[in-house]
Amino acid sequence: MTDSVINETERRREATETSLKQLGSLIYEQIQNREFPWIMMQSRSSDNINYDDELRQFILGDRTVRRHSRNVRNIRPFTQFLWTAWFARELVRLKKTSTLREVYYSARGQRDIEFTGQTESDYTITDLEVALNTPRESMNIYPKDRGAIFGDLNIEYTFPPAYEGRMKNLTDNPDGAPIGRSLTSSKLVDTTADKVIVIEKDAMFSRFVEEKVHEKHNAILIQTEGIPSRSARMVIRRLNKDMGLPIYIFTDGDPWGLHIAMVIISGSAVAAHLRGLTTPDAKWIGVWGTDVLKYKLPTENLTEQDLKRLKEIKDDPRYVDELWQREIDIFLKMGKKAELEAFSALGLTYIVDEYLPEKLESL
Amino acid sequence: MTEIVYQSISPSDFFYRNREIAGFSNPSRAVYAAVRELLENSLDACERQRVPPDIFLRLTEVSSSEGDTSTYIMRIEDNGTGLPPDQIPSAFCRVFYGSKYTLQQSRGTFGLGGTITILYGQITTHQPVTITSSTGGDIHEFTMMIDIERNEPMILKHKVLGNKKGWRGTVVHLQMEGDYSRIKSRLLDYLKQTAMVSPYADLTFVDPVGRLFRFERGTDMMPPLPQAVKPHPHGIDVENFRRLVSITKAKSMKEFMTEHFQGVGSKTADNFLKSAEIGNRTRPSSMKPEDIVTLVRAAREFKDFKRPDATCLSPIGEELLEKGIRKELGLTEHDFLKVVSRKPSTYLGFPFIVEAAIATGPSIRKQFKTGTTIIRFANRIPLLFDESSGVVWKVVNKNIHWDTYNVSSDTPMVVVVHVCSTKIPYKTVGKEYMADQPEVEKELTNVIRTSARSLRLFISRSIRIARERRRLDIFAKYLPKIAEFSTKLSDKEILPDIEPLLTAVSRAIPEVEQKIKEVPTIDG
Repeated sequence: MTDSVINETERRREATETSLKQLGSLIYEQIQNREFPWIMMQSRSSDNINYDDELRQFILGDRTVRRHSRNVRNIRPFTQFLWTAWFARELVRLKKTSTLREVYYSARGQRDIEFTGQTESDYTITDLEVALNTPRESMNIYPKDRGAIFGDLNIEYTFPPAYEGRMKNLTDNPDGAPIGRSLTSSKLVDTTADKVIVIEKDAMFSRFVEEKVHEKHNAILIQTEGIPSRSARMVIRRLNKDMGLPIYIFTDGDPWGLHIAMVIISGSAVAAHLRGLTTPDAKWIGVWGTDVLKYKLPTENLTEQDLKRLKEIKDDPRYVDELWQREIDIFLKMGKKAELEAFSALGLTYIVDEYLPEKLESL
Repeated sequence: MTEIVYQSISPSDFFYRNREIAGFSNPSRAVYAAVRELLENSLDACERQRVPPDIFLRLTEVSSSEGDTSTYIMRIEDNGTGLPPDQIPSAFCRVFYGSKYTLQQSRGTFGLGGTITILYGQITTHQPVTITSSTGGDIHEFTMMIDIERNEPMILKHKVLGNKKGWRGTVVHLQMEGDYSRIKSRLLDYLKQTAMVSPYADLTFVDPVGRLFRFERGTDMMPPLPQAVKPHPHGIDVENFRRLVSITKAKSMKEFMTEHFQGVGSKTADNFLKSAEIGNRTRPSSMKPEDIVTLVRAAREFKDFKRPDATCLSPIGEELLEKGIRKELGLTEHDFLKVVSRKPSTYLGFPFIVEAAIATGPSIRKQFKTGTTIIRFANRIPLLFDESSGVVWKVVNKNIHWDTYNVSSDTPMVVVVHVCSTKIPYKTVGKEYMADQPEVEKELTNVIRTSARSLRLFISRSIRIARERRRLDIFAKYLPKIAEFSTKLSDKEILPDIEPLLTAVSRAIPEVEQKIKEVPTIDG
């Protein structure tokens, strides 16, 4: 098994390196042919982002854009793009990782290449993802670590090189294991759990660990610290697709909580160029508007922004299902919202002892 | 009870009492005015002789008196016409005596420039003036003073010297009180601008501390000499008309009109006299004062006279002015200069011509930093004072909208303006600035606009060439990097050749550079 893990990682690494190298050759040839270098890629403008019912996520349309070096305005970004490709290839070749911020600062060390801000370098990296159809994680470029995972899951590290092949059980740390680049790139070996519970907030995650939800409900617990990072979304997807575990999502009962759940299920428009980040079968199980009424949870009024956002997502193609439409309507009708912590009004452990079992039962 | 005493005073006495009118208002301005009067007399003398002027001017400090005021010897030598010996005493030592009281463009028109300087020297130092002059024959040297009350020269000494080398010219040697240190920079500006407007002159100045300033001749070409012409009916006043009537030999008013005025033929004379309701056979001697007033007024109204004759004017000309400006501003091929001379025009019966030039570029930026510098000339005399009161300032700063010509507030620019006329519309007796006479203002606006149109092309082409260069710089910066990273990324050994691409982007530059040099060929 260990061998196949290494081989799989090695294979992905080689594939990424090859496409980066091909990019270099393409541009090299263009110069040799007395042509100002250019590349074509799918357009990421909003009118080229469509929702695909089958994939249940946003995808890029057929429109393409050309990034070229033919004029003064474009030659600098083009050079930055090429430098970023070279930098990514060096990362992959040297088996090193880097954060988005580190890429930005590495460019600062290059005369005339430096980005005016991290927004610019992030955008260039996204260009590279689209052009090569490869997520940046495959090019060893990661965002800041965010989120944690806890439960009886054995993983095997493939990275960093010094940890290659090392095993770890994810109940070792009661605060949870950070979902960082090592965890994201590890092989998920085996688990006794039969479900995954994703929680948007670390406070509630700690409550769940403390109350041994993982044992009582035989679950792996994940907290996303708000909108889940791409790493967290990839891990959730792999737990679902590769290990066959159902995913249940708990968020605040407000439009932002709905959005967090939906990003896990169907992804976001900004990642329309990527596959492998969504978990269409994941289920949002609370806090519903129905729950607010049923458990008579303490609430707060919906703000104007909340109302606006709710009306927006009501028309969003990702929210067409009956459940979403029903709950959105209830929130709109109540004009109220409730956080996960609202259950504390019924007793600190009420959420774990009463609400959760009832919810899981009802599915 | 006071008794009021009525007395008449001589012209010398008048100017003695009112010397500030001629510019001798304080010790420093006196130095400036003295140099200006004598130098301009010398230039006029040389031009009449049609020889390129060689003028030497020296100020020597004799003794310092109270405060900053010192006594100086002023000596000026020229190679002009020189004066016949019998004319010398009156020409220099009698006020209102001179050769300039005709209708013809010349530098001074008070006819007292030289004399007032001598007068000023005499009253401040009580020293005589020495005039040495020759018209080619013997050299005559007069040592004289002015009898101020009687407006007459007093000859103290008269020497006749041999002239083996055939020298021709005039030397004026006098003493005066003044303050050089305060006027030094203006005086040097004045000399520089004089050199600019007279590029065929060679000027040398030695200042009181022995510093030598040379303004070398740039060309031997001289502008044509202005011709003396008869007055134009539009420009005559009652007094002048009366004088002409009193001296005329004409038998009839028709003959009088055709004889004494320009632009009046026999038909025009008939029509004009008819419009003034004066019989064309009327004898001039029978004209009553009120008839003269009627006639002068009618002349102003009458539209069918020919335009005033401009042959009495002596513009510098585009070629000479360009030479002078290039020489004195030290312009190079990278600088822009456009000179435009307008056709003659008239105001109140006086012909005038305006000429203007605009210069900009790296040499101008070096000397003047930013903003607009105005250099004014009237009948080839630099005007250095009261700039913001004059019409040129008004035209440059109010009438012309420089942003239309791509000129921004930090564009360094020199605007040179020359107005020549038989009567410059000076606003004050100090003759330092011109009034906004509508016709003159309009011509000035037109001439500056014409050269500004070339300037606009120059600036837009400069902007374009700068942009092309920046563009090339950017490609030259990034193409090698693209080559480098594509080589590294594709594991190649040798860098791809970017030269063809660089050649492609730089193709536009020589073309624009060529155009930039062509700019001044645009016609005024």
